[in-house]
Amino acid sequence: MMKQILGILVENHPGVLSKVSGLFSRRGFNIYSLAVGITEDPSISRITIVVEGDEYIVEQVTKQLNKLVDVIKVANIGEDSVTRELALIKVMASPKTRHEVIEITNIFRAQVVDIAKDYLIVEITGDSEKISALVDMLKDYGIKEMVRTGAIAIDRGGKMIKYEDTERGGFQNGDNVL
Amino acid sequence: MKMTGAQAVVKALELEGVDLLFGYPGGAVTHIYDALYRSNIHHVLVRNEQGAAHAANGYARATGKVGVCIATSGPGATNMITGIATAYMDSIPIVAITGQVPLSMIGRDVFQEADITGATEPFTKHSYLVKDVKDIPRIFKEAFYLASTGRPGPVLIDIPKDVAMDTLFFEYPSQINLRGYKPTYEGHPGQIKRMSKAIIDSRRPVICVGGGAVSSNATDEIIELAEAIKAPVASTLMGIGAFPGDHSLSLGFLGQHGVYAANKAVAEADLLILLGARMGDRATGEARKFAPEAKVIHLDIDPAEIGKNIEIDIPIVGDIKTSLRQLLKKNISRHDWGWISKVSRWKERVEGVGKCTQGLNPMDIIRKLSDMVPEDTILVTDVGQHQMWAGRYYKTKKPRSFLSSGGLGTMGYGLPAALGAKLGCRDKEVILIIGDGGLQMSLGELATIVQENAKVKIMILNNGYLGMVRELQQQLHEERYYQTRMKGNPDFVKLGSAYGIKSFRVERQEKIISGIRQLLEWQGPIIGEFIIDPSANVIPVSRGEDDETNIRDIS
Repeated sequence: MMKQILGILVENHPGVLSKVSGLFSRRGFNIYSLAVGITEDPSISRITIVVEGDEYIVEQVTKQLNKLVDVIKVANIGEDSVTRELALIKVMASPKTRHEVIEITNIFRAQVVDIAKDYLIVEITGDSEKISALVDMLKDYGIKEMVRTGAIAIDRGGKMIKYEDTERGGFQNGDNVL
Repeated sequence: MKMTGAQAVVKALELEGVDLLFGYPGGAVTHIYDALYRSNIHHVLVRNEQGAAHAANGYARATGKVGVCIATSGPGATNMITGIATAYMDSIPIVAITGQVPLSMIGRDVFQEADITGATEPFTKHSYLVKDVKDIPRIFKEAFYLASTGRPGPVLIDIPKDVAMDTLFFEYPSQINLRGYKPTYEGHPGQIKRMSKAIIDSRRPVICVGGGAVSSNATDEIIELAEAIKAPVASTLMGIGAFPGDHSLSLGFLGQHGVYAANKAVAEADLLILLGARMGDRATGEARKFAPEAKVIHLDIDPAEIGKNIEIDIPIVGDIKTSLRQLLKKNISRHDWGWISKVSRWKERVEGVGKCTQGLNPMDIIRKLSDMVPEDTILVTDVGQHQMWAGRYYKTKKPRSFLSSGGLGTMGYGLPAALGAKLGCRDKEVILIIGDGGLQMSLGELATIVQENAKVKIMILNNGYLGMVRELQQQLHEERYYQTRMKGNPDFVKLGSAYGIKSFRVERQEKIISGIRQLLEWQGPIIGEFIIDPSANVIPVSRGEDDETNIRDIS
């Protein structure tokens, strides 16, 4: 299954997130991860959804999202982008193993953000693979608790997902030309 | 002007040109009702909130205007859900207003509380929970705009009781600013050009019209197109009436329950032009095998429909009327190559309903009805066998004149929808064809018809069965007719009389014509019960395995 990242600009109203996520479940689309937050324009929120599916699914998701009145814009975010997730990992670290854990953390350029007698909390940002790699390394010491955000993503360079007053709906004629 | 939220609701309705709405009062909407009492808007008291939504649907489809319905919170709102979902599936513009418990009580499971915006999320085009009385004018302006533009659909406005009692300074907005809603009306010029080229290059073109062709009011353009390019026109159930059923190029009803000529022509076509038809499973049969030889052009105002169900070669997003006008400016005339005469031969093959020995023949009744009604008659159906027979054998000559629950297939739709259509078009004949099962689903609305003196002509095709399911049981379950025999049916003639509706029964073949004449001539609501043969089927038995039109599979 292909994974596609969608950047979705929505009206910053209560209830919009449920409209968006509800659409996925009711149309039988799978959300791999979801993250939401405010944008440079406080009236607009941006949802980043990683959707799993083939080309048909991704096209359908995009079109159905565009139909929601509260959805202002939907864009695919491709390879040429920066993608980040954040994870907080509570890992067992006795005075004996603490040093090794910190060393691994450093190699990943992650940070230790809390320390207790038998535990460390490691904070890491990066793409999904990097976080998974760190998780793999820390597994042997005993991960007691972990929390991960969904991915957020932004296009590199001058490409932007922005609402412009003049543009017509989300669908450009010809997008669907075979 | 300073007023209450309830008064603002009524004021907004007046400014939107609403003169009629369908509803049922309750505790959470008494303030709105009190404001309605002081207005000139005519409120039609239905007998179940579902009927209010269906009546608004029938009104909207017959008139082209937005239908409005209102119900109280909790059960009032949930009763309306089926009607809202029915309107959503058929893209019918209605605005549904529901009362809600006071804002401060929301979420506490208080008396008659239901999360109706949440519950209707999957089948509203958009919905609002009004949290600030000052938003009422804007929300109503947006709601009517959303319901009626682009691909039409139902919009729900949920108004908490305390919001309706609160006061505001009323100012109706003149402009709408919805960043996320900008429907495309004009077809892309490049795509229109490709369409014209495909037409000129085609040898066996077929046009297929759907519900979008009706809601776009594109009948004149479709006739012009069909005649210019010499293409026969098939119709989905929702598209019936978008192209005149008595036109020589009309093929009739397409799909699993459709007629031979329409299915055969689509199967043989080398170019298929879909106009506002979403090509649902009932229209295509197995999508893979649908129109196997055809290049497909799909013109639709909703981009999400293009390529959803079948593969499209030339997609065009746009309003049908507007885009066809663009197309018709081009030279698209082509040589016929004998296609029309070939198609005409297929039209001669009429598949009947089987031999009827235990009652009247429904095909016979509907064909006679079709021949006898005035041209601008509005035919309303319920759901089931009679609906498919009406689709197959009744010739609808005008748009907005065949009203039927196509997408959701809601039994109980017919009676309230016919009421709504009649109240919207008092000068037109409105005929309802309905089964004995479907009538009993909305039976209470007979009282509404009497109350409004709505001259709806009700033709009951009574076979004593849930016929469509009975037919499935015959074909798929070795004739185990379980729970489809309608035991305990009332005497419909006596029942009608109890409501004060003139009622009669037809049991003999030679009385069909006089029965229909009686329906048409009576100046008031009337019920004619026609006792039909329960063994009459929709899918002709003659349709064999060698049939190449991909319409055998039913489920």
